[in-house]
Amino acid sequence: MTQAECVECGADVDLYDDLEVGEIIDCGTCGAELEVIDVSPPVLDRAPELEEDWGE
Amino acid sequence: MQVGILYSRIRKDEKLLLSELRDRDHEVTKIDVRKERFGLDSTTADIENLDIVVDRCLATSRSLYATQFFASYGVPVINAPETADVCADKAKNSLALADADIPTPETEVAFTTDAALESIEEFGYPCVLKPVVGSWGRLMAKIDSRNAAEAILEHKATLGHYEHKVFYVQEFVDKPGRDIRVVAVDGEPIAAMTRTSDHWLTNAAKGGHAESFDIDDTALDLVERASEAVGGGLLGIDLMEVGGADSGEYTVHEVNHTVEFKALNDAVDVDVPAAVVDWLETRVANAEADEGNEQRTGVTATV
Repeated sequence: MTQAECVECGADVDLYDDLEVGEIIDCGTCGAELEVIDVSPPVLDRAPELEEDWGE
Repeated sequence: MQVGILYSRIRKDEKLLLSELRDRDHEVTKIDVRKERFGLDSTTADIENLDIVVDRCLATSRSLYATQFFASYGVPVINAPETADVCADKAKNSLALADADIPTPETEVAFTTDAALESIEEFGYPCVLKPVVGSWGRLMAKIDSRNAAEAILEHKATLGHYEHKVFYVQEFVDKPGRDIRVVAVDGEPIAAMTRTSDHWLTNAAKGGHAESFDIDDTALDLVERASEAVGGGLLGIDLMEVGGADSGEYTVHEVNHTVEFKALNDAVDVDVPAAVVDWLETRVANAEADEGNEQRTGVTATV
C-alpha cells in the first residue's frame, strides 16, 4: 500500500494498489474528498463539488 | 477489442468494468472528457482504432454532448446519443414510455407556477414534483398540501436554471416500500434488485436496501419494451409494483442510460460487469461480421 499527501490537511493518505486516475478517495484524517490525478507517483487534488446534473 | 471509456469520475462501477475488461486482455483507453476538446471533424481524444466507446460520464450534460460527437466521428457509442437524449430528460422518458403503451405513472408538464399548481391540485395530494434532469433522488418533492406546493413552486421558479421552470408533476404511486431496478442489455435483463426504504424515495443513492429480485414474465416484457422504446443499449429500468408487493402488476417510471450497477452487483449472484463485457464483446463481434458482409454486399453496418 502506497501513500500520498492530502492537499487539504497534509496528512498521509493510504492508497490501494488498484488505484485509478479519476477515482475519488476520502482523506481518513480530515474527510476531504480527493481526486486521483496521477498514479505513478500518486498525486491527489481536491475533488470537484457535486454538480446538479451528476448521476445515472 | 479496443474499448474507450468516457468518464470524468471513476466510481466503483467504472472500476468493476475496467477490471473486467483488462482481465480479458481488452485494450482500454480512458477518456477524461474534462480534458478533451471536440471539434466538428476531430477530437483531441485518442479515438484511433477504438472498436467501441462506453459512455460513463457522471455529468449528464457531458454525456449528452460527448456521445453526439463520438457518434459523429463514426465511433460506435454505448449508449447511442438518441438513447441518452431520451433517458436524460424525465419528460422525454415518460413520453417515450407512454408512446410505446408501457404503463407509466400519470404525468403532466407545465411551464408556469400557476399551471403547475393546477396540475398538482388535479392530481390531488400527495403528488410528486421532479426536476426534468436529475438523479439519485435529488430535488424530488412529495407534495402533501397546497401550502407546500406553493412554496416549492416558488422556490423552483427562483432557482435560476431554466430547467427548473419546466414543472414535471406526477401522480404519487403508493409502492410497497420498494421499487425494482433491472439492468438490461438491449432489453435482456442481466439481473434485478428491489430497493427498499422507509422513506418514500427508495434509490440506492438515498440508502435504499438492495435485495435480489426474480423477474416474472410481465416485468420481463415491460423491460424489453421499455428498452426498445428508448433505443436499446445498456440500461437501468426502474419499475414500481402497483397494488402491493408481488402483485405482478407494474408501472415503469424511468429508464437510465448511464446506469450504476455496483449495488446490484453486491445484491445478486450474477457477475454484472462480466455480463456487460460479454454483451460488449458480442456487439463488437457482430459489427465486425456485419462489416465483412458489407464488404461483400455493399450494405452499411452499425454497432
